[in-house]
Amino acid sequence: MEITSTLFTAKAIYVGLIFVITLGVAAYSTYFERVIAAFMQDRVGPDRAGPFGILQPLADAVKMFMKEDFIPAHSNKWLFIAGPCISMFTALMTSVVVPFGDKLDLGGGVMLDLQGIDVNIGILWVFGIVSLGVYGVLIGGWASNNKYSLLGAIRAASQNISYELAMGLSIIAILMLSGSLSTKSIVETQQGGHWNILYQPLGFVIFIVCAFAECNRTPFDLPECETELIGGYHTEYSSMKLGFYLFSEYINMFISGAVMATLYFGGYDYPGYNFIFEKFGNNIAVLLGVGALIGKALFFVFVFMWVRWTLPRFRYDQLMGLGWTGLIPLSMFNVVLTGATMLFTVNDGGSNWYTVAASWAGVAIMIIVSALYSQAQYKKKKLATA
Amino acid sequence: MNFWYFLTALTLLSALMVVLSKNPIHSVLYLVFTFFCISGHYVLLNAQFLMVVNIVVYAGAIMVLFLFVIMMMDLRTNMPDSKTTMTKLAGAVLGGTLLVIVVAASRKMNLTEVVDVKSFSSQTGMVEGLGRILYRDYVLPFELISILFFVAMVGAVMLGKREAGERNF
Repeated sequence: MEITSTLFTAKAIYVGLIFVITLGVAAYSTYFERVIAAFMQDRVGPDRAGPFGILQPLADAVKMFMKEDFIPAHSNKWLFIAGPCISMFTALMTSVVVPFGDKLDLGGGVMLDLQGIDVNIGILWVFGIVSLGVYGVLIGGWASNNKYSLLGAIRAASQNISYELAMGLSIIAILMLSGSLSTKSIVETQQGGHWNILYQPLGFVIFIVCAFAECNRTPFDLPECETELIGGYHTEYSSMKLGFYLFSEYINMFISGAVMATLYFGGYDYPGYNFIFEKFGNNIAVLLGVGALIGKALFFVFVFMWVRWTLPRFRYDQLMGLGWTGLIPLSMFNVVLTGATMLFTVNDGGSNWYTVAASWAGVAIMIIVSALYSQAQYKKKKLATA
Repeated sequence: MNFWYFLTALTLLSALMVVLSKNPIHSVLYLVFTFFCISGHYVLLNAQFLMVVNIVVYAGAIMVLFLFVIMMMDLRTNMPDSKTTMTKLAGAVLGGTLLVIVVAASRKMNLTEVVDVKSFSSQTGMVEGLGRILYRDYVLPFELISILFFVAMVGAVMLGKREAGERNF
């Protein structure tokens, strides 16, 4: 009984900590986004609030709360309020199944699993919550009673549905490798440097592109495309409701970074784990692992920002073309390639490096073939026009 | 057990609201909520895989498309259509038939029989068990269904495709 209650308290503290970390990272992402933007555009960036402007998120929050909370006339009041709440809720729910670390020894036989819940459908949970995330945008956009908001909402819906398919297919290849849907066992199969990125280079590229689309980040931020739709789905929003929409985007970035680290970059695995385990004991090694996972997630947040200030926005037909005719066939090819590489290893009894080599060779062959094909198409077109 | 009653009441209430609410958008949102409640029932049965697939497929994809289509339609002009005598009659006939079927099916139920809960395997609803059944005992029907889906997909693409020279709309 005592062990159960200690475990319960420890789990509650853990969940609270993850919540605080997620919100903190999201708040400071808004600051770092501006700092990185300033750096890339050779500006100074925010430097007024506190030293180096590190109090900027606080100032922004105060500003957001102080602004007038405006609800437009003829809008659906309850749905208008529900929209940002659903966005925030779905953004925060995904982190439940992300394993932030291995088992922590609390003494007295209490082993705390640093993961919200270890369900045996972990990755499908992530997928399900991601597919629900669009409701916040859709409901908010519709309830605003504004044509531009509605257009933004409809764009968000069709974009999310299109990119979910490719995302799901790229996850299937991971499931084939690990043989389990549980995020914990996906991480455990990658321990000791057998990171999935080595076996799944193509799958990772597909997944990260889909993650950009699902988070509505540039170059896929068509739902809030200000040159065409004023502000998109949050045109009518003000005050902290707008803040919730923007905040949920940053939370989504951090969590999708954590999911990518879990699926492709070994989760809480890091080089030298065994050395630290022997030298300093279990707890230090596990806590360093938590740090490693958060570090990897933060790196992906940086990649999101990097891409935002590097690539221009897609046109809408380009977005749909990339999703349906580019990524979905590619991810199907990836599933077949993964199956082939697995067959190769089992039959030859070869080491893992054969599988790695086969995966990369498959990708190289695909790139060469598609390059040759597009060149041939180009020549054909040239002949036809000439 | 108490939670089961609560969840069932919630499910029935939201399912009723799907039919009773005037605004189609509200209907769809109540339907999404009904799917969540049904997923809750799956969780109580320890069928996690069915729960999450129900959310991904119905709440996450099909209902988003429903919402999408209803938002695109002009609701005010379409409103009176749903209240003609013909639709009312059709609804009554369909509902009556469903009621007859439910009554006929539940007539043979034996509610007094006590079943030992421990004789059931708690792992029945897990993804491993489901996979084993689908790919071992029912391989042929499963694969035939996938062919059916493929045919439906090709059909949808054929219907949605524009012929050369046809106008956009």
